[in-house]
Amino acid sequence: MFASITMLAEAAGEAAQHAASGGLPQLNPDTFVPQLFWLVLTFVTLLFVMSKIALPRVGEVIEERAERIQRDIDAAGRLKSDTDKALADYEKALADARANASGIAKQTREKLASETEAEKGRAEATITAKLAEAEARIAATKTKALTAVNDIAAETAQAVVSKLVGQDVSLDDVRKVLQPVAVK
Amino acid sequence: MAAEGAGTHGPMYQFEIKKIFDLQLGNYDVSFTNASLMMVIALAVISGFMVFAMRGRSLVPSRIQSVAEMLYEFIANMVRENLGKDGMTYFPWVFSIFIFILVLNLLGMIPGSFTVTSHIIVTFAIAAMVWLVATAIGFIKHGFGYLKLFVPEGVPLLLMPVIVPIELISYFIRPISHSVRLFANMMAGHTMLKVFAGFAVMLPVWGKIAPVGFMVAFTGLEFVVAILQAFIFTVLTCIYLNDAVNMHH
Repeated sequence: MFASITMLAEAAGEAAQHAASGGLPQLNPDTFVPQLFWLVLTFVTLLFVMSKIALPRVGEVIEERAERIQRDIDAAGRLKSDTDKALADYEKALADARANASGIAKQTREKLASETEAEKGRAEATITAKLAEAEARIAATKTKALTAVNDIAAETAQAVVSKLVGQDVSLDDVRKVLQPVAVK
Repeated sequence: MAAEGAGTHGPMYQFEIKKIFDLQLGNYDVSFTNASLMMVIALAVISGFMVFAMRGRSLVPSRIQSVAEMLYEFIANMVRENLGKDGMTYFPWVFSIFIFILVLNLLGMIPGSFTVTSHIIVTFAIAAMVWLVATAIGFIKHGFGYLKLFVPEGVPLLLMPVIVPIELISYFIRPISHSVRLFANMMAGHTMLKVFAGFAVMLPVWGKIAPVGFMVAFTGLEFVVAILQAFIFTVLTCIYLNDAVNMHH
């Protein structure tokens, strides 16, 4: 352990001696001019190559890429709006068709209802007509029956009167007499 | 150019500037050195990578393309957040600073290579450029109104004699703190690694385990530091630019 420390110290001492004996090479003014000359030469060349050739190329590519991406995004946006429009059109068409269908259904319903109504009216009219006819027939029969009753009454009365009086009494006379009664 | 007396195994030896070939420009020595080589390699690596990565220019990026795009977006977002949308004018400049420092830091992590950003003169030159550009933009955009930066609003008049000098000093110290932060981090980390490597060499076999273990862990940390310092340098550049462009405190 001790040996290694002494050796380290010796080595450090030797290194320091080397440094001290030479002085810093960086501070040797003889080297300044050639270094500056070549620094200016290389840096100016580098600046020229970078600004005129290399960097514009990189910039171009990056810009082109950004433009391309922007273009693609724009195109996607346009396609999306197209899709939205198509979807809206489709929905509108669907709604129209639905409205149309319900209109047709309503119309059919109304037509059917009116037809039913008409049929019903017709049936009622027929029934009324038949009813009237039947009533007329009943009335006729009743009149006929009543007339028959009058005739019978008259004949009966004629026969009774003839028997009672002992002479023939005309039927018309009997009727004349009976008329007011019959009317009553 | 190597400083006399420094052995080739000293922890500071890695920072030596070594001439590869001589070059004169007028009266100035502009020799191609190991530092120059690393800068040229960094330039080649960055340009090659950025151009190669984007060769497909595909909308769906390949792996390497998405790395380039990530770097771009990372700095672009940083600039947008700090400077606003108009700040994108300065984006290529900020990006160049970031990628240059990042690649130089990372190339320095290759064993046997050289870390350009471990030299104060390089980091100071970049920081000074940032400071000068920011100050120039400030005066161009706001005229003498840019001086209001040193007179914060809502401070009592009595405190002005104290606040204004503090603001002035902090403004003028910016290039120094900006550059020393990067330089010191890079130099300290690399020196530390070299010192511990020296221990590992000198210690007997049974003693090597501690410094080697430390070095493995510290190398990982150094990678984090290399990336983090490039990031911090760039964020500060954006903040200084924001002061100049928008004058927001």
